[in-house]
Amino acid sequence: MAAMTVHLNVVSAEEELFSGRIESLQITGSEGELGIMPGHAPLLTSLKPGMARIVKQHGEEEVIYLSGGMLEVQPNNVTVLADIATRVADLDEQAAEQAKQRAEEHLNAHSGDVNYAEAASELARAVAQLRVIQAAKKKL
Amino acid sequence: MSGAKEIKSKIGSVQNTQKITSAMEMVAASKMRRAQDAMAASRPYAENMRNVIGHIALGNLEYRHPYLEEREVKRVGYIVVSTDRGLCGGLNINLFKQVLADAGKHQTAGAEVEFAVVGSKATAFFNNMGANVKAQISGLGDHPSVTDLIGSVRVMLDAYDNGEIDKLYVVYNKFVNTMTQQPTIDQLLPLPKSDDDEIKHRWDYMYEPDAQVLLDQLLVRYTESQVYQGVVENLACEQAARMVAMKAATDNAGDLIDDLQLVYNKARQASITQELSEICAGAAAV
Repeated sequence: MAAMTVHLNVVSAEEELFSGRIESLQITGSEGELGIMPGHAPLLTSLKPGMARIVKQHGEEEVIYLSGGMLEVQPNNVTVLADIATRVADLDEQAAEQAKQRAEEHLNAHSGDVNYAEAASELARAVAQLRVIQAAKKKL
Repeated sequence: MSGAKEIKSKIGSVQNTQKITSAMEMVAASKMRRAQDAMAASRPYAENMRNVIGHIALGNLEYRHPYLEEREVKRVGYIVVSTDRGLCGGLNINLFKQVLADAGKHQTAGAEVEFAVVGSKATAFFNNMGANVKAQISGLGDHPSVTDLIGSVRVMLDAYDNGEIDKLYVVYNKFVNTMTQQPTIDQLLPLPKSDDDEIKHRWDYMYEPDAQVLLDQLLVRYTESQVYQGVVENLACEQAARMVAMKAATDNAGDLIDDLQLVYNKARQASITQELSEICAGAAAV
């Protein structure tokens, strides 16, 4: 018997990244990691920077990096409204590493004009990107 | 040579106009391509956002957000998106007619109407009309950004929050294809309900972390994305309409030149004939 599936749309403000039937979705919610399977109860949550691991209809996997956004789950439909989303193949490991270092320096500098919240969220994004890249590498 | 010189200079001036219109056509064509790409890129987000909002409007939520309540309609707000420049055919006028027709319906039902306008054409039109304009923004350029729009949108949302308006629409031209632009009036608030049949029973979401925070965040994004999408679509429409209008103008100028050329040739021929007959008559008299 074919596995149960649900329709998923992943969109960012710039483009549509994924639209199709999936077997499961693993995503980083603001309160922790979430696994969404077909038939999930209605859910509304905000997303933290992190990855979305999509298992497509015939077991194929795709990993997308999200910088944050919203997730809506309906029994017959799952929607991810991302602020910025990037496919793993398009992520740049070195750029992420540099961004992380830059953000850490900012945080450690302790000078008056540093916006702490901004630097912290930049760091979180860079770390999340690196984690996504590493996870994708391990799999290959 | 009766009038031949005037006709010649008239042809020259029409030719100059034709050069300008054909240049404008080409500029509009290249801008349209970019505007169309921008529109296509943000369309899925706006559409999915509208779907999600439609689901939320159907649900029986524990936290009744004011945007979900259907109130008695005493005042209606319109956010009208127009172009900054003219020479784009009947694009703006068609849109304004549609708005006035819709506003007229509300007015006969006893509701007052107020506007927030985007683009200098709508500003001029509604100010001339003496309409109640609450906010205006123009000069967005070819690459509008969400931050430019937030001010005007905020004014209308605050008015809604304070109960000054009970219904809010966004009005813009929807891009169907290069030849067709559809004036569209979309209801923004209260949230329009989805027509998805599979979720008609009573239900509520699970929220992480908290219903109020999430909905506030989502609804602000919703209004911004819908208005932004309207502006981007209208921009693509503007370029398409201008391209078509300028193509028609160039063609008309060509026809005009052909006609004038014919008149000029006839005048020239007539004057030559006249001169010849004068010479012949003169020679015969001698």
